[in-house]
Order: sequence, then C-alpha cells, then structure tokens
Amino acid sequence: MADAPLIEVRDVSRVLPGPVPVTLVRDINLTVRRGEFIAIVGPSGSGKSSLLYLLGLLDMPSQGAIYLDGANTTELNRQQQAHMRLSRLGFVFQFHFLLHEFTSLGNVMIPMRKLGGKNESQIERQARALLGELNMETYADRLPEQLSGGERQRVAIARALANDPAVILADEPTGNLDSKNAQQVFDIFKRLVELNGQTVIVITHEMHLAQQAHRRIRLIDGLIAEDG
Amino acid sequence: MRLILDIAITHLVHRKRQTLVSVLGVAMGVGFFIAMAAMMQGFQRYFVAKTIDVSPHIIIKDEFRIPPLQPVEQYYRDGAIRLLNVRPREERRGIKNGGAMVDAIGRQPGVAVAPTLAGQIFLRYGTKDVSATLYGIDPVRERRVTYLEQDLIAGSLNGLYTAANGVILGSGLADKIGVALGDTLSVISPAGVILKMKVVGIFNSGVTAKDNYESFALLKKAQILQDRANVINQIRIRLRNIDQAAELARSLEARYGYRAESWEETNKNVLGIFVIQNGIMYSTVSAILIVAAFGIFNIITTVIHEKARDIAILKSIGFEEATIRGIFLLEGAVVGVVGTLIGWALGYGLTELLASIRFNIEGFVKTEGFILYYTIRHYLIAGVFAMVAALAASYLPARKAAAVNPVDIIRGGA
Repeated sequence: MADAPLIEVRDVSRVLPGPVPVTLVRDINLTVRRGEFIAIVGPSGSGKSSLLYLLGLLDMPSQGAIYLDGANTTELNRQQQAHMRLSRLGFVFQFHFLLHEFTSLGNVMIPMRKLGGKNESQIERQARALLGELNMETYADRLPEQLSGGERQRVAIARALANDPAVILADEPTGNLDSKNAQQVFDIFKRLVELNGQTVIVITHEMHLAQQAHRRIRLIDGLIAEDG
Repeated sequence: MRLILDIAITHLVHRKRQTLVSVLGVAMGVGFFIAMAAMMQGFQRYFVAKTIDVSPHIIIKDEFRIPPLQPVEQYYRDGAIRLLNVRPREERRGIKNGGAMVDAIGRQPGVAVAPTLAGQIFLRYGTKDVSATLYGIDPVRERRVTYLEQDLIAGSLNGLYTAANGVILGSGLADKIGVALGDTLSVISPAGVILKMKVVGIFNSGVTAKDNYESFALLKKAQILQDRANVINQIRIRLRNIDQAAELARSLEARYGYRAESWEETNKNVLGIFVIQNGIMYSTVSAILIVAAFGIFNIITTVIHEKARDIAILKSIGFEEATIRGIFLLEGAVVGVVGTLIGWALGYGLTELLASIRFNIEGFVKTEGFILYYTIRHYLIAGVFAMVAALAASYLPARKAAAVNPVDIIRGGA
C-alpha cells in the first residue's frame, strides 16, 4: 500500500435544504489508502449511499472537504469533477444501469470513447479483453436484455473498470443477485485489489460478504459508528 | 463527437415512428416552402421582367405631383384662405419644350428616350365601340425604349410608315373589337376628330392590361387625332441599368418639375401585392415549421423523460453537462438535417409536378401554366429555417436533460 492517502474526507456533512432540512451524513472523517478493500455497512437510511455519492463526486458536501489524490474536489468545477469521475472513479450500482440500446461491448467502450486518446480498434480490443477477464467475452455482442442479472452486473463492473480507475465505488452491487453470483462479484473485487492494487469501496447489507473486505465502516444515522 | 452522435442516433432509431413523424414534419415544411417560393417568385419575376421589357423604365408626364399654389396662397402662406369657384387655367396641355427635353435626356449615357402623345380614343368597327389608349410614337425611337416590335405577332412596326393611317393594336383589343391585320376601323378622339385607320400590326406582350387596352400610331397621326399639333405629353425612357430608374426619375422630376415615374412607382400596387404574397408565403411555411418544431420538441422531451436513467448513468460515468446537452441538441439537428434533405427532394419533386401542370390563365399576365423560378437560394433559406426550428425545439429539453441530478435518478433505482 502506498503511503499517501488516496481519499481524505474532512469534517464532511451533507444536509438537504428545505422547510425541514434533512441530514444525510455528518462529521465524517475518513482516510482511504490505495489498494484498500472497504465495505460500508449499516441499516437502511444510515447514509451509506449518500457517503458513496459524495466520495464519487456525484454530490457535493454541505460542509467539509473531500480530497482525491491530494486535490480538494469541492473546489473543482463541474467539468473538472466530471473528468475526475471519468478518469479516476468507476461506479457499480445495485441495478446494473447499462444502456439498453448498446451491447455489452458498446457499454464498456463508452467511458473509453469519452476519455479519448485511443482509436476505435484499440478501444474495442481493450473492452473485449476486459470482458474476457470477467468471463464475459462470449456475451460481448449481446444486448443487456439478453443477459442474466449476474452477467449484467459483470458487464457493469467491466464498464466501471474501462478507464482503469483508482477507485471502484459499488452501491449494493450484489443486492439483486443470488448468493453464487454475489460471491463471484466479490471475488472480482478482491482480485482487482490484489492484482491491480485498485481501491474498492462497496456498500453491502450482507455481513458474510462484508467480512471479506479489509476494512468495515459502519454508519448509523449519518455518523461513522465503527471503522476497522 | 462520434460518441455523442452514436448515442443521439441510437435514441432516434429506437423511437422510429416518432422520429419519422418529426422528420416528415420538417420535410413537408421545407418541401412546401421550396414549391411555393418557386411558384410565387416565378410569377413575380416573370411579371417584373415583362413589365420591364414591355414598358419604359421611366415615364415623364405632363403633370405635377403637387399642384402649383394660387397667387394668393403664395402671398399669405400661413393665412386661412378660402377660394371659391377656382377653375383650371385654360392652357395648352403637354410638356413644354418637350423636344429640347428629349434631346437633353437622350444625351445621358445608357439612356434611350422617346417622345409620346398618349390619349384616350374610341375604336369603332361595325357596331362595336371599344375605348383604348392611343400612343403616338416615333418608331425609330420606340425600338430603343420598348419591345413593341419584338411583341408583334402580326404586321410590323414599319407598317406605321407605309400605311396612310396605320395603327397597331394589342391582341386583346383586336379580339374585343373583332379586327384582324389589314382591316380598317374608325378611330374617334375626345377632340371629335375621326380617322379611318388601318391595322398594320397586332402585338401580344403577355401583360393583359397592355394587350387589352393599348394601341400605337405615328406621333404625327396621334397629334392630328387629338387636335394637339406638335404636342407631346409623355417622355418615355429606357435605361441600360434598371436599378437606376428610381434615382434618375427623382432627379428628372427635380430638374424639370414634371412628374417622373419609375417602373417601380408605376407598378407599385402590384409590387405591393407581391410583398403581401411573400408575407403570406413566409407565414404559412413558418406555421408548418413551427408545427414540425413541436414534433421535434415532443420527441426529444419524450426521449429525455424515458432516458432519465441513461442520463444519470452517463453523468456518473463522467459525461459533462455540455456533452449531455450536446447529445439532445444533436438529436434535434439530425431530425433537422434529415428532414431538410428529404424536404429538398420533396420540394424539387413538387416544383417539377407544378411545372408539368398545363392550364391557361389571364390575370396580370397571360400564362399557360405555373411560372416557376428555380434557385438554390430557396433551398438554402428553407434549410436554415428548418435547422433553426429544429435546434430551437431541442434546446429547452436538452437544457433540462443537462440539469438532471444523477443522484435523484440513481436513488430511484431501476
């Protein structure tokens, strides 16, 4: 593991404004290092997803700051945040959230094409290789509707890995999968951490899966109740 | 760019029917504009060309635009004056020193000039009496000022010299009174002079008002008929550059005092109708394109509503707001471009169809079908109209799409 923290969360709170303000998370302080495999656990409504969206720059804190690779992300403009999501972060959601009109290969190619810097044939070769690593090469030309739940989630992971991100953020990726497929997804995450040195932060309700992570953060009512 | 084009086209292809309706809406707007513009401008240009060919470009008349003030009015300029029973002075009408004016104007470069005496007459042939305007002309000068000679369908301009009392009639006039080339008819003037005149020519200019009411004789014969020896009441001018007509008319009027009308002023009523026609045409086509624009607005709004989840995904991947906006603007642009291309083909086809329709019509001008004007300009105008409508219609939904908060959608789940 490298010494410098990859992500640093300092005194972050997120409050939804309104007639009755709603606090999603508060006073969060967190340091994430490269190559860590972190499971975020906690009851429904405890702020797990809100924290993940803040870490993924999909949402901005009401106060506090989040540093990614030493850069204060709250000071970036939206375009810079979008570029950071594209190049440094990869998302996997509970529902696979693939684009229905594009094949598995097309879905994986989208982030690569957006980032640019490679020609179409290079991108296609890399996307196929990525699907191959997840045993999905034979399904490359299938549309999402022609895949099972586990297969879709593996395509979604391949898409998240498309631009070789430093951090994979997964929001209950096994929530809709049977135990066999759920374990396969976690095996993939473990492999990414061990072989590629990538950082994985995953939300899960299933304790036996959370036990496989290096570190578990328990959230209760928007506060970190346990970290270790 | 290639990526957002792929996404935009994928969205449109997956909503085939709605896309087709929007594309056809744009295509019809473009197509109808091209056909209508070809028809209207064809007629307008034909009329203007005919008017310019057939008529002089400037006519100086023995009239004053503002009647001269009475002496008492000149003396008490600010006074309240009431004059009763003022009769026009009995003076010899006509352009004073007309010959000298003709010579002076004719010396200007690019200007051909012809002296004329115009007056009302009655043509009598058998039991038929028909009123007409007789122009007394000098055939040598007339050739330089109008296309009368080219418009002759029978006889010749020189016939005015060879016959004792020759007259050239418009084809409609000849038909009304029932005479043919070589017939002799009685010509009666308001001065009470009656001449037997021989039809030495019949012209057909294509301009109904001329063909039905105008006739030509030698200037001398017209002066005898009108009992106005050595008088001319019109100086007719033709220019090499017709765009100078209005300016030259103004300067001639300022110099000589007589009313000088350019061809635009003479035909201002008809040219005014053309302006209204063009207004109607542009309004109609704009209405069609506005309806098409609503179609585009509808399809893109629907796509955005259905694709809110995809927008959230793209944003989570790292698509910027401008790129998301670009996808949906591009969808509008694709509908606009495809609609324009089909519209161009439709417009060309409609124009060809109109060109193939044959019928006889006699309005301002006589034609045997639609007079059409083909120009790339109409295609470009229609294309620009369509693209502006398509982009304007897609802008609002595109902006809405860019503003989608991905967290709201992702929290909502599948």
